[in-house]
Amino acid sequence: MSGFNVIGKPWPKVDALPKCTGETRYADDLHFPRMLYAKILRSPHAHARIRRIDVSRAQAVPGVHVVLTGRDLPTRFGILPVSQDEEALCVEKVRFVGDPVAAVAAVDEWTAEEALRLIEVEYEPLPALLTMEQALAESSVRIHEYGDGPNIHKLVSLEFGEVAEGFAQADYVREDIFFYAGSTHLPLEQHAAVAHYGPDGRLTLWSSTQTPHYVHRALAKVLGLPPHRIRVIAMPVGGGFGGKSDPFSHEIVVAKLALLTGRPVKITLTREEVFYVHRGRHPVLLWIKTGVRRDGTITAMHVRSFLDGGAYGSYGVATTYYTGALQTVTYKIPRYKFEGVRVFTNKPPCGPKRGHGTPQPRFALEVHLDKIAEDLGLDPIQMRRRQIVEAPSLTVNWLRISSCGLRACIDRVVEASGFREKFRRLPFGRGVGFACSAYLSGAGLPIYWNDMPHSGVQIKIDREGGVTVFCGSADIGQGSDSILAYIVAEILGILPEDVRVVTADTDLTPVDLGSYSSRVTVMAGNAAVEAAERLRRLLFRAAAERLDVPEDQLLARERRIFDQADPERGLDFAEAVQLAEARFGTLGAVGSYKPPKAPGRYKGAGVGPSPSYSYSACVAQVRVDPETGFVQVEKIWIAHDVGRAINPRLVEGQIHGSVYMGLGEALMEEHTFHSRLGVHTAPSMLDYKSPTPLEMPEVECFLIETEDPNGPFGAKEAGQGPLLPIPPAIANAVYDAIGVRIDEIPITPEKVLKGLEDKARGGSGRVGPTSIPSLTWPEPIRVEPPPEWRSSGDLT
Amino acid sequence: MLRLPPFRYYAPRSLEEALRILSDHGSQARIVAGGTDLYPKMKRRQIEPAVLVSVRRIPELAHLAGTGREGVTLGASLTLARVLAQDELVLAYPALARAFAMVAHPPVRSMGTVGGNLCVDTRCTYYDQTFFWREALGFCLKKDGTTCPVAPGGTRCWAVSSSDGAPVMIALGARLRLVGPRGERTIAAEEFYRDDGIRYLDKEPEEILVEVLLPPQEDWKSTYWKLRRRGSVDFPVLGVAVALRMESGWCREARIVLGAVGSCPKRIREAETLLEGNRLEPDVIAAVAHVVARSVRPLKNTDFLHLYRKKMASVFTQRALRELAGASLMDEASAC
Repeated sequence: MSGFNVIGKPWPKVDALPKCTGETRYADDLHFPRMLYAKILRSPHAHARIRRIDVSRAQAVPGVHVVLTGRDLPTRFGILPVSQDEEALCVEKVRFVGDPVAAVAAVDEWTAEEALRLIEVEYEPLPALLTMEQALAESSVRIHEYGDGPNIHKLVSLEFGEVAEGFAQADYVREDIFFYAGSTHLPLEQHAAVAHYGPDGRLTLWSSTQTPHYVHRALAKVLGLPPHRIRVIAMPVGGGFGGKSDPFSHEIVVAKLALLTGRPVKITLTREEVFYVHRGRHPVLLWIKTGVRRDGTITAMHVRSFLDGGAYGSYGVATTYYTGALQTVTYKIPRYKFEGVRVFTNKPPCGPKRGHGTPQPRFALEVHLDKIAEDLGLDPIQMRRRQIVEAPSLTVNWLRISSCGLRACIDRVVEASGFREKFRRLPFGRGVGFACSAYLSGAGLPIYWNDMPHSGVQIKIDREGGVTVFCGSADIGQGSDSILAYIVAEILGILPEDVRVVTADTDLTPVDLGSYSSRVTVMAGNAAVEAAERLRRLLFRAAAERLDVPEDQLLARERRIFDQADPERGLDFAEAVQLAEARFGTLGAVGSYKPPKAPGRYKGAGVGPSPSYSYSACVAQVRVDPETGFVQVEKIWIAHDVGRAINPRLVEGQIHGSVYMGLGEALMEEHTFHSRLGVHTAPSMLDYKSPTPLEMPEVECFLIETEDPNGPFGAKEAGQGPLLPIPPAIANAVYDAIGVRIDEIPITPEKVLKGLEDKARGGSGRVGPTSIPSLTWPEPIRVEPPPEWRSSGDLT
Repeated sequence: MLRLPPFRYYAPRSLEEALRILSDHGSQARIVAGGTDLYPKMKRRQIEPAVLVSVRRIPELAHLAGTGREGVTLGASLTLARVLAQDELVLAYPALARAFAMVAHPPVRSMGTVGGNLCVDTRCTYYDQTFFWREALGFCLKKDGTTCPVAPGGTRCWAVSSSDGAPVMIALGARLRLVGPRGERTIAAEEFYRDDGIRYLDKEPEEILVEVLLPPQEDWKSTYWKLRRRGSVDFPVLGVAVALRMESGWCREARIVLGAVGSCPKRIREAETLLEGNRLEPDVIAAVAHVVARSVRPLKNTDFLHLYRKKMASVFTQRALRELAGASLMDEASAC
């Protein structure tokens, strides 16, 4: 056992009790005297010009205070500086069914809803572009006026080394096409926000958000208020998964309504509206071509991805890059080319969902590799295992691998699952499948360009030994508040219960960029380490003087500071605090963290770098009913290289949640739309099919600890990575069970039967896309790989 | 959240009082029991009654008596959970127990009632949506509109009978007792349903379903198979209820009723005739399943592709018959 007191132990979460007793107050639980309620009118058209809006009848309804339209909030915003394409309420045009058009603040929700019906909007319908093919073909109809082409939000083309050279060295080249359907986050808590504009001229917004700092910036921009007069408080979030990481129309709307009325204003989206607000998984069509030696060694890879972005930019530029960036961090790929395009369509905007842009290519890659192994008569596990990236190393696209426990992950799940005894040996209808994956521990670059820290922590300490940690990070249920408490408690030698954590309040806490890209444990954690160590130095200095022991001989644990050599010789923690305060004045410390500078120096190098990468390996065992096509996942074995588990119980919780979410995507979740009108066909928790606990298989988790040099106590991410291997492992298991390849997520009973019927008729049984849209790709940006990849002779 | 429209709520304590309130308000009034289906529909403005009459306090509707040997009376306001807690009843009428146990999920079964399940509104992709959604797509025949998006040329509504209990009650030969302003009547469950997505019940708005009379089980064996995407929560998109009167391995009488593939539960008499006088041999089962699948025409207005549901009508009929022939189908049952 390590010498830790707190780290590595299954402490309860700091917010566990209030959550279990129902006392946690979410944004929708807030009530203020004189509070008004807001509702938003949304577009019933997928694409239309707004000719005229008449709000007079709504305005006249008793109990209605204000009716807003786009003209009241004309400034555009968006999460990325390059895609400032959203309006809080549409001004001239609506771009999807559900696009916000007007808003009402009234004495209650019912009155507001009734008033919405009295707003008259005259629309001039425009042709709706509902598929990527339509949007690419119909260049005369433009959803937006900006981008890299008609209805093309972003075009990317990057080549690392000469891929042609790599393919020329291959003994075998295989191409495949895959499709991964769009899905939504489905948090239990619908988005909610409350705004209040006080007599002091300051605006406060309480919101269920993952990114209070970015909401702060967007509010300042759209409302035209100086940032210091705006305070954003992220309330405890009832599930985010990426769906609450954009600044949203409803947040801006309630803020504006509060400004105009001088009263607190609340909005809570309906479940249906959450489906429209979306920002979920991009549907991705993906073409992949890989060249390998006879033994399976990869010599080159070329990937083309087509992202159906929906109506707005959101994080889409980053998503596009992410569908190409992380292929290289699991297996050694010496030559790599990536082309990606994000297309605007008249559907709810896609964005980041757990795994952000990487589950789709990971599904493609892991199934593709299984097919290559089968074609060459190779063991699919050995083939992968012998070409895992080294640590430390740089990938061909200049990503720095600081630690990699993938080999250990593979060995644990293969052994525990009995994969070798089962693979290709189970009776028809039952099978096992395998897949690996990797994910980043926080984006290496901030969303808007700046040189400042990504995370800041302040620690205050009171005279009785109580410690308060301030940090801008937002706990969205993943336990980031708890992680701060554990880290500070470990370093100061106290217990997590001695630490109060104050987070996600732009007035009170230093900036943290937010809960996205699996960044908080690493970045806020490192900032907390720095702050706590600075504070401990002051305590040690004061204690050393009193005890007459050298500072470096002191140890802090169990609420004492004492001499390692003579543990009896020591002080209570509170005593040490008082001595230090007498000696140095009021105690406090700050810490901050900025990721290491990314080594890549090319356009597009900003997406992909991270302080570290987590690794996962997974075996899925399935049972397929060949008569109904139902796939039942019987068990998942999953190993995750988390660097160090600061709290193993929380890591396992993240893994279980990831398995559950991956399972839903693999088997049933899918955003579908009316083919002509673009109306979402199932915007409810009854009709949008997500698994129930009955579909959840048994999960056996293994935590692999590689002690990453860049992580606090060696920790890496755990919140997103474990989702990635689930869909491909299930797809590979289905193939093992019934000999049919479903190259399309979700793997529904209908597709399984279609495959089996095709096979029975003598076909291949494959179900999936067979072509990609024709597109003229730009000349690639040619990037010289890092020196170790440059010799063209021996690519292995 | 979506808000309920305003309405007046009555909770009468006798049938007479309930009937009087219902006839006072005519088509403005709706009967409510558990409300698990009605209240969400009111929030979505699919149903907009000015008056609700609760039947939960009427003693006659909470009646529960009898045994499998002599027949059972089930009051319409008994919750599904309450029925499922009756061990003797569950053993005597396994098809009914399975159907009720598969309705929605535990909280709904704790509120939802026998009568509510048998009278549950027909469902359709284009109808079970919010007011906003229906307005965006264009209102349908069943509410506020003039055309049916499922079959745009037609004049009828194709909403789907989505009760798990209904096909089972028909298969079991249950009778329903209704009381209305013009007195009471008892009808076969089969006669209660009409092949019309809008007027899907043979029941006047002022009539109250009081109880269900289950006949003695004697030599009958029964089962129910339900297709849905998930193991809980979902409404059926295909239900196969089968009841057979068996005599030393021979089928003397058969009832095969398909739910959730049309606007009413559908008895497949041709398939029943094929079974009667036969043993449950594989070739007989295959032939029966073939006839069943041929006889149903699901449309594209529920979860799953309609052709898939048609195919499953055959698979599920086979499984139901094999189960009644004594096969152990636990593995297959767990998949659906």
